[in-house]
Amino acid sequence: MQDLPAGKPVVTDTHPSLLDRTMEAAARATPEPLANTVRGLSDRMVAWLFIAPTILLLLAINIFPLIWAIQLSFTNYRANRPNEVVKNIGLQNYERILTDTDTWIAMQTTAHFVFWTILLQTLIGFTLAYLIDRKFRGHAFWTTIILVPMMLSPAVVGNFWRFLYEPQIGLFTYIVSFFTGIATTDILMLSNVKLAPWSIIIVDTWMWTPYVMLICLAGLRSIPDYIYEAAEVDRASNWRQFWSITLPMALPFIMLAVLFRGIENFKMFDMVNLLTGGGPGSTTEVASITLKREAFEKWRTGFSSAFAIILFVAVFGLANIYVKVLNRVKSR
Amino acid sequence: MKSTLKVSLGLATGLAASTAMTGVSQAEDLTLCWAAWDPANALVELSKDFTAQTGIGMKFEFVPWTNYADRFLNELNSKGKLCDLIIGDSQWIGGSAENGHYVKLNDFFDKEGIKMSDFVDATVVGYSQWPKNTPNYWSLPAFGDVVGWTYRKDWFAKPELQAAFKEKYGRDLAVPATFAELKDIAEFFQGREVDGKKVYGASIYTERGSEGVTMGVMDVLYSFGFKYENPDKPYEMEGFVNSEKSVKGLEFYKALYDCCTPPGASNSYMGEGIDSFKSGQVALHMNFAFTWPGLQKDEMVGGEKVGFFANPAGPDGEKLAQLGGQGISVVSYSDKQDAALQYIKWFATADVQKKWWSLGGFSCLKAVVEDPGFAASQPYAQTFLDSMAIVKDFWAEPSYASLLQASQKRFHDYVVAGQGTAKEALDGLVKDWTEVFEDDGKM
Repeated sequence: MQDLPAGKPVVTDTHPSLLDRTMEAAARATPEPLANTVRGLSDRMVAWLFIAPTILLLLAINIFPLIWAIQLSFTNYRANRPNEVVKNIGLQNYERILTDTDTWIAMQTTAHFVFWTILLQTLIGFTLAYLIDRKFRGHAFWTTIILVPMMLSPAVVGNFWRFLYEPQIGLFTYIVSFFTGIATTDILMLSNVKLAPWSIIIVDTWMWTPYVMLICLAGLRSIPDYIYEAAEVDRASNWRQFWSITLPMALPFIMLAVLFRGIENFKMFDMVNLLTGGGPGSTTEVASITLKREAFEKWRTGFSSAFAIILFVAVFGLANIYVKVLNRVKSR
Repeated sequence: MKSTLKVSLGLATGLAASTAMTGVSQAEDLTLCWAAWDPANALVELSKDFTAQTGIGMKFEFVPWTNYADRFLNELNSKGKLCDLIIGDSQWIGGSAENGHYVKLNDFFDKEGIKMSDFVDATVVGYSQWPKNTPNYWSLPAFGDVVGWTYRKDWFAKPELQAAFKEKYGRDLAVPATFAELKDIAEFFQGREVDGKKVYGASIYTERGSEGVTMGVMDVLYSFGFKYENPDKPYEMEGFVNSEKSVKGLEFYKALYDCCTPPGASNSYMGEGIDSFKSGQVALHMNFAFTWPGLQKDEMVGGEKVGFFANPAGPDGEKLAQLGGQGISVVSYSDKQDAALQYIKWFATADVQKKWWSLGGFSCLKAVVEDPGFAASQPYAQTFLDSMAIVKDFWAEPSYASLLQASQKRFHDYVVAGQGTAKEALDGLVKDWTEVFEDDGKM
């Protein structure tokens, strides 16, 4: 980097832009002592200066609440009792959560939901990506159409799917009735205990499969053509090429998509809340709905903080293990 | 240049004056917080008289029922100054009194000569007192409400339906005297074609998220003999909450849900109930009284087509109904408490209460509801009086939110999801409620 001559900076561009002119004006307006101070900073210090606001923001809205939540999780604090003395109760909240049947049922519901949504989204998403990658006529148009659900707000999606599932006026129930012959009034997607979990899985799959498809498509497009050409020379069948080239080379991308969707679906709230509100009964009450009820309906702030920490540790731990496996797959 | 200067000066003066005026009006304005529903619109209309009389402007913060408790309890818990006056739900009274959210009104009532004996007794206990049945007042009864029923009077009057009903049940198709009769009627209409359209028996509360299923179940359970606690030993619930009579009541509610509700009505509360009745889907409709003026005025199902009745009797002839409604309180964090108290004083007057009723607000003042002309003033007025005479309310303890969430889960799991038995649901409820009271140090 060329040192500037001492004194005021000199503009060398014969046609300075507005930005250059502004910077020059700012430099001229900077008091000499301050300019000298800034000039004396190391690159590392300047870097810190630039990232400091972000770090401060992160500390304020992420780290501080996390530490506070950890502290609250050891107390009996309730946000709706501001005048009550807050007692330290040790690990009681954690003990109650981990021995509570309802908590485990909510965790099982969450696991069921995460498993099926990921499985369906990966299978359909990868298939769609594989087809789109064939570059047939109009593939760009179809790619855009497929991506539309992902661009919608979950609130909008939840509300209109609720109408689609309506037993008396819903389009979804009408279509199912048309093909199966079952009366629409018997297709109770959101009211039937067995169908309600699947109604959420269907909507989530409809909305987020394009996202998985997009990541898989990036993976498929990253495979160099010469590998397929070499396979053709070796007279490898399409099936063989798929199993030996396409799938292994796209696997890190698929795994990445699974990771993203897994984390997202573990904390799924909006869709479940809008479609079923956790019902009928508690059949679709995923962990995040239980957490919301404990925190903002029962106002058990200490208890819900402990629950949030347990969920955080679970997601963080599982994600870490998964990332290690992902790295191993990538290095192969 | 001179004229430009004049214009600038004029604009600056105008701006300064308007800013100052805004400041003055903001300092005087009161904000009243309530739920977003029809009676709130009536209150806006009514409050114009208060502004005309006192010069104090009124602003309103109305939140839909589904977020009403979350939003305003958050506001109170964070000691927010948004609301100067709040019309809080009856069950909030314990928590709001104990946590210092509401201003105690005893001294104010004494000073202004406002007597609680002038208001319907049940509403004073339900909306104003904490602890219950003690002369400690935190609200002025503002809006009387109770769960009752509407029915399709025009369908009941159809000769072919009357004949079919009589043939099947051996009695006239009329307003039910007991819950058993109510279920017969609901069963009779379920899936029947009326005026060329398939209709259903009854719309009842099944909502899971806030308080719906609890309000519906309790409305029925009371008349079956449910008791919250041992009358001689507070907080002792075993054998009362889960008594044999309570079990029968809960089984009845589930049977009513299974046999006679429209398809998909698994998360239905006030709004969904109104929709199903207005769209001509159901013959019977459980809902709070606040819905009645709107249904009476409705072009499709109102007028002569709609009828109203109070809760029928349970198996032992007992008749009780779930209390709704709210009292109006002054928020202790408000900087405008004097003006807020002035509003309450104005609201308590007989003339204002009469107008409140005429606009669609359910007054709790005896002078209004005991007026000889009251019962005939609206087609639903007598039913309102009958229902208000038999009210009972849910827990109003500071922990009411936890108590409510427990009942929401237990009732929805059993009634809608069909999990377990009624006995198991009520035993579980006793366990949950005991845990809450133990946490509170009350047991």
